[in-house]
Amino acid sequence: MSDITKKVERPLSPHLQVYNLPLTALMSISHRITGVALTLGMLIVAAFLIAAGSSEAHYNLVMAIASSKIGLIILFLWSFALYFHMFNGLRHMIWDTGRFLEKDQAMRTNYIVLMFAVAATIVTWVFGCPYVNEIISGVK
Amino acid sequence: MPDSKYKDEFATPLKNAKGLGSAHDGTHHWMMQKVTAIIITPLIVWLIWSIIGLQGASYDEFRFWLAQPANAVLMIMLIVSVLYHSMLGLQVVTEDYISSEWFKLMKLIGQKIFIMTLGVLCVFSILKIAFTVGV
Repeated sequence: MSDITKKVERPLSPHLQVYNLPLTALMSISHRITGVALTLGMLIVAAFLIAAGSSEAHYNLVMAIASSKIGLIILFLWSFALYFHMFNGLRHMIWDTGRFLEKDQAMRTNYIVLMFAVAATIVTWVFGCPYVNEIISGVK
Repeated sequence: MPDSKYKDEFATPLKNAKGLGSAHDGTHHWMMQKVTAIIITPLIVWLIWSIIGLQGASYDEFRFWLAQPANAVLMIMLIVSVLYHSMLGLQVVTEDYISSEWFKLMKLIGQKIFIMTLGVLCVFSILKIAFTVGV
């Protein structure tokens, strides 16, 4: 019995740890990862709401954390994850109508989604955050 | 006795009429994921816009802003639709990646309790502020 099973050389499916994922697959898993991360990101919004409904001391603490360097970095990552998930989600809706499902179309729209996400993040932080604005105008 | 005979005895034509398999559920999950996504998209743009305007806001400023009826209503809509969307998403991720049946079940229930608690806390806080500030 064991001889027979040894002889049969079955093809192995590509193993995730050694398989170089194409961009489309990376975007797909990133949609899920950002989705889970954004759920955690909603805790920031929730923290503000609950603290504001609780007491001034709690609110000031949450605001101080959000305004700190680490807080701003987390908010920056949060905004990018949000835009990525949003634009990729819009692509999912277009896919649901049966459009752009070919491999090359998926590859092209990968770049469009990434471009939109990066652009929206930059616009938000350059125009929205005085701190980033100061750094940029300081360099100039 | 052939297998098909058993099937004929126990399965009723209702199965075919409903058109659903062992999942007992068709497109509802998918549809709600999309519906909430459509609701969320403009609300998120509004949220980011609001966060930009609220940078460094004091306790009183923040509460005054949230107490405005339009802001309170939009914030409740955002919280409810985002958490619903998130609950559906987390459910699929758990169903796909957790292989242990009992852990999967516990995680699915735990996630739902967590999301619902968070939602109630947020909505309660918003309403509390909306009904008390400036009264």
